[in-house]
Amino acid sequence: MILLLGSHLFTGVTASALPKETIYLEPTDFLSEVFEIKVPAPQMLWLTKDLQPSVQQILGHPYKTLRIRYWKKATKSAWILEEIGKFKPITTGIAINSRKIETIKVLIYRESHGWEIKKSFFTDQFKEVELQENLKLNQRIDGISGATLSVNALKKLSRLALYLDSKVPESN
Amino acid sequence: MKLENKCGIIGKSLTLGSILASIFSGTLFAAEMPSREEMWGIIQKQQAQIDLLTQKVEITGEAIDKVQSSPSSSYSSHSDSHSSTSIGGYGELHYNMGESDTIDFHRFVLLGSHEFSDRIRLSTELEIEHALAGDGKEGEVEIEQAYLEFDLNDSLTAKAGLFLVPVGIINEIHEPNTFFGVERNPIEKNIIPTTWWEAGAGLNAKFDNGFSTDIAVHSGLMVDTDGKKAFNIRSGRQKVSNAEASDGAITGRVKWTGAPGIEVGLTGQYQQDIAQGKLSDDVDATLIELHTSIQRGAFGLRALYARWDLSGEAASAIGADEQFGWYVEPSWTIESDIGEWGVFARLNQYDTSAGSGSDSKVEELDLGINYWPHENVVLKVDYQTIDSDSDGNEDLINLGIGYHF
Repeated sequence: MILLLGSHLFTGVTASALPKETIYLEPTDFLSEVFEIKVPAPQMLWLTKDLQPSVQQILGHPYKTLRIRYWKKATKSAWILEEIGKFKPITTGIAINSRKIETIKVLIYRESHGWEIKKSFFTDQFKEVELQENLKLNQRIDGISGATLSVNALKKLSRLALYLDSKVPESN
Repeated sequence: MKLENKCGIIGKSLTLGSILASIFSGTLFAAEMPSREEMWGIIQKQQAQIDLLTQKVEITGEAIDKVQSSPSSSYSSHSDSHSSTSIGGYGELHYNMGESDTIDFHRFVLLGSHEFSDRIRLSTELEIEHALAGDGKEGEVEIEQAYLEFDLNDSLTAKAGLFLVPVGIINEIHEPNTFFGVERNPIEKNIIPTTWWEAGAGLNAKFDNGFSTDIAVHSGLMVDTDGKKAFNIRSGRQKVSNAEASDGAITGRVKWTGAPGIEVGLTGQYQQDIAQGKLSDDVDATLIELHTSIQRGAFGLRALYARWDLSGEAASAIGADEQFGWYVEPSWTIESDIGEWGVFARLNQYDTSAGSGSDSKVEELDLGINYWPHENVVLKVDYQTIDSDSDGNEDLINLGIGYHF
């Protein structure tokens, strides 16, 4: 009897009613939020042999591309980076000002679990966090039960963005 | 002639020679200097070459990006073209030293998932327990998860298939690097029969305030009604192996994860006849479970209470009509340059015959250390002291290693 109920759980579900991957914030909107008036032209940072060892240390593997696009104006920079959570890449926007994280936002989330990491109650912990010499964050980030891998992915990306920010010159 | 004078004469000669050479070569250089117009032409040509090279670098960079982001990329995937099939796994080796010493590769698990589309996916878990399965062997080969998920919208997901029952702290998330102690806690073994999976269908809803709810209808337990294991919950798992399905169960859960590091969960389950028709009267069974899991800074706390109530005279006669257990587990973790360390204490108490007048409870105290040299690798050591009203006392020291990828 109870099992019969189960067959009705899917009643009314059609393929056309289903959504695609969840985009919480378009990357272009993220950049507009970070730079407010005018988004600076993008620049490219090549992950040269000098940078690769530290990138590897932070992520536990090389970054997926050899160069990373970033946006920089005065002391502020913005990065859109990706790292695998459990199975899927999490697209994350990270803004840094004077070597400190100003804001971090999950832009596109593709995992079926760990959805809480996109919430501000979690991402607000990263504000004002800096990178130490040992390439670790200077503050502890509390995780989310059941979302350990997604939390770890965001911690890694925040460290990566802070590290890369320290490797690009200031611009006007 | 003194040495100083000789050196002085040689030095003056060299200086004079150098000046003459400079003038001579400078005259020649001046004669070969291009005009301003010629110089401007050279600069323009060089600029054109720089522009061309810049374009080539850009094109090359884009080509590299595409190759590295392709599905065949060895280490990563990309938002637009990530692989639709993923493989993972975990495992744990235990060495238990007590009245008898045993070493056991307790669990070897392969996880697989496949995305049929952005909104339909498959999750599977295949496990070998105790390393060796077969006739007369200790181990088992088990399918613990094989279900399809359908994202109905941003906050609503349906699933159907063979899935883990949404209850407790470690039934759904039990990779060895995620919990303290070599062995899992006894409450989520004897009261909540972790790892507990059933077949059926469910709905999960997530809300912006941090709440999420699950409702699932699925196959049920089938307990023995006589013998040593009568009404034993753990032995009642049918593991969806040609399982008796005349009486299913319904499970509901409310969970709150609205603050970093904090989870609170409440689960209820009802099964109309846990004996699946073996007795003339139904033995309806109700499970209530409440837990919290907190990790704030270095401090951690897990606490759980679970209780079964079974109806009918047969269960009541042996005290199995009431079965309950609880544990409290404070912990402290510190980070170091060589990894993370954690110490914990866990006090457990449970009783699978709490309805009887006789003493039948079991108390267990666990003290131990976890060391994570990598976030997905753990080394464990702990001490267990077990005090059972019916089976006496036992002390154990356990060593374990675990991994997850």
